[in-house]
Amino acid sequence: MEITKKVRGGDVRAATRLIRNLEDRIPHAKDTIKHIFSHTGKAHVIGFTGSPGAGKSTMIDSVVAELRKRGKTVGVLLVDPTSPFTGGAILGDRIRMQRHALDPGVFVRSLATRGALGGLSKAVGDAIHVMDAMGKDYVIVETVGTGQQEVDIINHAHTVVVVLVPGMGDEIQAIKAGILEIADVFVINKADRDGAGKLYRELVYMLSMVDEFPGGWKPPIIRAENIFDADSFQRSLDELTNTIGQHYQNLIDKGLLGDRIRRKAVLELNEALLAAILDPVLTKLVESGEMKEMTEKLLKKETDPYTLAEMIASRYLVMPAE
Amino acid sequence: MAKRKLRIMVAKPGLDGHDRGARVLARCFRDAGYETIYTGCHQTPEQIAAAAIQEDIDCVGLSCMSGAHKYLFPECVRQIRALGGDDIQIIGGGIIPKQDYQLLYDAGLKGIFTPGITLDDIVAWINENIVPNVKE
Repeated sequence: MEITKKVRGGDVRAATRLIRNLEDRIPHAKDTIKHIFSHTGKAHVIGFTGSPGAGKSTMIDSVVAELRKRGKTVGVLLVDPTSPFTGGAILGDRIRMQRHALDPGVFVRSLATRGALGGLSKAVGDAIHVMDAMGKDYVIVETVGTGQQEVDIINHAHTVVVVLVPGMGDEIQAIKAGILEIADVFVINKADRDGAGKLYRELVYMLSMVDEFPGGWKPPIIRAENIFDADSFQRSLDELTNTIGQHYQNLIDKGLLGDRIRRKAVLELNEALLAAILDPVLTKLVESGEMKEMTEKLLKKETDPYTLAEMIASRYLVMPAE
Repeated sequence: MAKRKLRIMVAKPGLDGHDRGARVLARCFRDAGYETIYTGCHQTPEQIAAAAIQEDIDCVGLSCMSGAHKYLFPECVRQIRALGGDDIQIIGGGIIPKQDYQLLYDAGLKGIFTPGITLDDIVAWINENIVPNVKE
């Protein structure tokens, strides 16, 4: 297929259009993924997550600069939220990394969440495959600014970087059950501000309560200070880039990379099954007007959602005899 | 089939830091239901073109308050076309005297919007004149 060839050859226009078709759920885009899927799995996928304004985009910009210095090619996927009211979005992460716009070794693409709740867009998984198939050495994914529960990034990234900033009150207490658990690397950004020491100590304390880390990898805590002192900021970002590389190497050495890849495979299969089985049924129900009839019945309390669902399932789902 | 979403970019070429208008527009495009990419101030035409291609943009809205639109806008068009963005529509706005309109239209701009026009008018114009540049 023409498009497959173009994507594998690194054609940005073909790749960005393919990602758009995936976002818009155009059926033939799925067919292209079928063709490129066997060529994926080479890139190191890095996820950046953390609260809004923590500095994720700025960090990614500096990590990209460092990776380019080392001769590596990079794809970057930036996710920002879609308005629940208008369906529109402002995708503004790109502002921080426009200095790479003219570098053919860097491909930056912004995506809107379009209602997905886990901090990513539904199309991100496939968009990673597209950049991987283009031959990018690294694919970096930035989640939306996250709170506690937006942890979908662990299903896609080999290495998860959680960016924190001091001065957000008792945030460790608030988030220790969610996002802090998924970190492979912590960054305390704006570490020249008040409260950085306290945040550092709280992280150390939290990590000291863990008996055993998978693969013996205890998430390192990196401090990044004053971005206006460009040299020292870039030095801490070099340290971050090295640490990300060490984490990946550790996954390989300890035989844990397979677990991460398996996690994504399970998720993708689940989603593909859901789409293949549920979508056609939903479409049919909506088109025939039956969905509306069923909703009316629910409103009048004539029946309940479980009875209706079982009725529909018995109509469409034929289970072969054991 | 799912409805196609319009992808629009707001960009400020050249040495001009007056981006309040650009931000208001970005917000207004969000409210109109478009996926809006804002690239920030002080962009070269080359950077704007590269971003438009990478982001699969349908329409680039250029903003210029510095008076350099006669050079910057046509140059942006040229750079976008040079990268193969033939189907990307380009519009512009800012402090632009009437006598410059024709030069900009000739350079390939599809619409020009200047002080006095309302956000509703701009969105109505886009809804009428810009369609997602996907064929299928």
